[in-house]
Amino acid sequence: MIAIERTLDTPRWQRVALPFASLLLAAIISGLVLVLSGHNPITTYEQIYTASFTSAGALTSTFVYATPLLFTGLAAAIAFRMRIWNIGGEGQLYMGAIGASGIGLLLGSWPTPLLIPAMMAGGIVAGALWALVPGLLRAYLQTNEILVSLMLNYVAGLVMYFLIYDSKSYWRDLTSPTALVFPTGKTLSAAATWPGLTIGSFTLPLGFVAGVVLAVLLLALVRSTRFGFEMRVMGDSTSAATYAGMRTRRIILAVMAVSGALAGLAGASQIGDFGHVLDPRGLEQAQYGYTGIVVAALAMYNPLAVVVVAILIGALTNAGFALQGPGFPPGLVGTMEGIILFSVLGGEILGRYRIRIGSQLRPQRAEAEADAAR
Amino acid sequence: MEGTTPATARIRDGVPLLEMRGITKRFAGVVADDGVDFDVRAGEIHTLFGENGAGKSTLMRVLYGFHHPDAGEIRLQGSPVSIASPADAIRHGIGMIHQHFMLVNTLSVADNVALGLRSSRGPLTDPGRVSERIRQLSETYHLQVDPQALIWQLSVGERQRVEIVKALYRNATLLILDEPTAVLTPQEVDDLFAVLRRMAEDGKGLVFISHKVREVLGLSDRITVLRAGHKVGTLPAASATRDQLVQMMVGHALPARDLAAETGATEGAPDRTPSDRAPSDRATAIESGPGVTVGAGTPVTPIPATPAAGAGTGAAAAAGAPRLVVRDLTVRGDRGADAVRGLSLEVRGGEIVGIAGVSGNGQRELAEAIAGLRRPSSGSIVLEGTELAGGSPARGRAVGLGYVPEERMRDGVVPDFSVAENLLLVDSHEPAFSRLGFLRSGEIRRHCEELVRTFDIRTPTLEAPARTLSGGNIQKLIMARELSREPRVLLVAQPTRGIDVAAAQYIHDRLREQRGRGIGVLIISEDLDEVMALADRILVMYEGAIIGEAAPRASTRASIGLMMAGVRPEAPADAGPRATA
Repeated sequence: MIAIERTLDTPRWQRVALPFASLLLAAIISGLVLVLSGHNPITTYEQIYTASFTSAGALTSTFVYATPLLFTGLAAAIAFRMRIWNIGGEGQLYMGAIGASGIGLLLGSWPTPLLIPAMMAGGIVAGALWALVPGLLRAYLQTNEILVSLMLNYVAGLVMYFLIYDSKSYWRDLTSPTALVFPTGKTLSAAATWPGLTIGSFTLPLGFVAGVVLAVLLLALVRSTRFGFEMRVMGDSTSAATYAGMRTRRIILAVMAVSGALAGLAGASQIGDFGHVLDPRGLEQAQYGYTGIVVAALAMYNPLAVVVVAILIGALTNAGFALQGPGFPPGLVGTMEGIILFSVLGGEILGRYRIRIGSQLRPQRAEAEADAAR
Repeated sequence: MEGTTPATARIRDGVPLLEMRGITKRFAGVVADDGVDFDVRAGEIHTLFGENGAGKSTLMRVLYGFHHPDAGEIRLQGSPVSIASPADAIRHGIGMIHQHFMLVNTLSVADNVALGLRSSRGPLTDPGRVSERIRQLSETYHLQVDPQALIWQLSVGERQRVEIVKALYRNATLLILDEPTAVLTPQEVDDLFAVLRRMAEDGKGLVFISHKVREVLGLSDRITVLRAGHKVGTLPAASATRDQLVQMMVGHALPARDLAAETGATEGAPDRTPSDRAPSDRATAIESGPGVTVGAGTPVTPIPATPAAGAGTGAAAAAGAPRLVVRDLTVRGDRGADAVRGLSLEVRGGEIVGIAGVSGNGQRELAEAIAGLRRPSSGSIVLEGTELAGGSPARGRAVGLGYVPEERMRDGVVPDFSVAENLLLVDSHEPAFSRLGFLRSGEIRRHCEELVRTFDIRTPTLEAPARTLSGGNIQKLIMARELSREPRVLLVAQPTRGIDVAAAQYIHDRLREQRGRGIGVLIISEDLDEVMALADRILVMYEGAIIGEAAPRASTRASIGLMMAGVRPEAPADAGPRATA
């Protein structure tokens, strides 16, 4: 008799080894795909590594992709950890970009050290407010936050397009010659440019530094604050949280607001660190909000792991752009990303089970397995 | 399956439809059924009667293929059968109407009936034919079921009829109804009984599971009483009496009393209760007049006219001032009907009040309403001057309510959290454990270590996940947490259900200790022995209200059993307005 049964406890070594085994599996499957599409997997992997980390400017552009993913990844991780399914990181990012660019334009004459926090605040507030819409509906009317937050992504996208293409809004550039040919947003003043940390030829965006600090703070929030404790109780057992007298609605709202604020910061960083202009099409094509969900899932919702995964996915995205060309379709990079996600998540789920053969032998087998594990 | 000749046509004369011989079923060493014999003839309604845990449901679950019997034989129409699964049971013409309906709410009646059956048109469904057959069945048995109606549009009674149609559609000749009346209104009960009688007339065999003595006597042809897994006896309903049944159910001699009482609309009984007579006089205390009178040592009073009257009959030494006062509480259950109906009770400092009753009579809703987890539709719950009705769990905790919930793994602990985190669960906002929003891990650790020690929680470390602990240790953990808050009133639902004997004893000792410290303790338990062992006063809950009160003396067990089965100690008590007003 062969049975698949759930294991009660995953040994520690297994929890560490599992992601690596999954990544190895992903590399093997991707290798097969590469072979089938007529590429040498080894040289392709080498190229990916070079294009992501070692060639001129490669590391800098890896972090260009990693920075927004860090924020959106944290946004998804904090909400998903509590089983609040905020899929609206994309729209919250748009709103954050609108808020931060609005502040940047309005207060463009302020000195940089004051203007940066103001822009960040603009992104935080706009993202949080946008996320509170599905949050309030979930907390008070028990609507499904997945649907509401997802639909609001499209609404936010339309708002962004409206501001630049369909109206004479404050964000739109109505004066410069190029803007008369094709609508664009106003470019922010130099004071609104966030300075990066430059080490030799490598520039680390300010946003990334802020993101790492936030990841550490989030970890502390979850692990050692009362709010984090209540949040974890609610994530694991809503009924226990209610029984314990926790204000569950308030927790839902707070988590949604924090998640939206983080996604909003991704938008602010897009403006301050990189774009300096509200660019609806660029933001929409990048899809950082959605990829952030992938980042959070790969990181198992652990804030510190989000930092690492964001860099890896950023590197892969960057390499994709570097590799793509006549011989290397862009879809191939997407395929590889998908294979990685599939392997890691599949490994995580399968790791909770073991295959058992024969029912009588079970105690001895369990012991033998335990011995083998040591 | 569809379209075959109804199996009723094959019934052989003289041979019972169903014979169960010597059925024994054990669960992890606990014997649920011990050599039980049971049979059903075609055309009869045979009731299984007994307390919770008497083995009624287990016996029927064996028959329906949910459980394998450890010993015994099942014969259908004379030939031995082996029923390995519900699918087998259905093939053998057995249908079961569960207490919780197995229906898909968004589908139509016809879809639900056809669900899982092979269609006459191969891979294609045949809704026309299914609907037609449902209409026929509905007409034959006066079920009034519309095949096109969607389940969510139907009332509870209608849904139950859909379940019956489902069984009939599958050509059931033997129908098991597991406490079918528990969810119905009185009118719906009457309708159901009419349907059941019609089915019996049609030659089907029906097994009716119930603990309501009036229904059982009114509906059944024969009654089999089970107690603690044993068959006490089978008797024809025509010659059975209420008291005989209750006596068989609880296993104690009934105190002498007037058997005609149920019909009598007479004066109040309490003044006639000879509560100070010695137990040996009991046999002589036969009353011939109407009205419920009770033997010596069994001060069964009607719903207390005043709180003092209730307390006076109890054994509580010196109960203090009232701490928890519930007045005219009405609480809606999950199914939309009122589960608690105008209930009043009072708990004083330094006493243990026990609520006995068969489960499903509103106990869960009562506990949840007091704990703030369920909003009452009317009435008040006052804890030392603070109104709790309609408040949150936090409000109750703030004024000194401790609550040990019934569903301890769902509500009481977070299974994946550590022992320490679970001990902290309700206290994370206390200044002792958090400062400026940060948890004070040192303080928390000290606190938890002390609780683990003083409450003898057997855990390898404070970090072990709660789910690795035994049921008894989890209950100790919850008790430790609630008692460490020094509550004014402690509400404990099912204090020791599913807990080993040693831990149960420990928890009982702790509850008595709380009484000694002047705390008002309210326990709600399905286990009558537990209530009798712990409580100073016993309130019996039946259909959402307190049907009567008793003191916990061994001789009152039968009287309590009577009340649990729905027999009021005094006739006017259910009709007239509550005297507490």
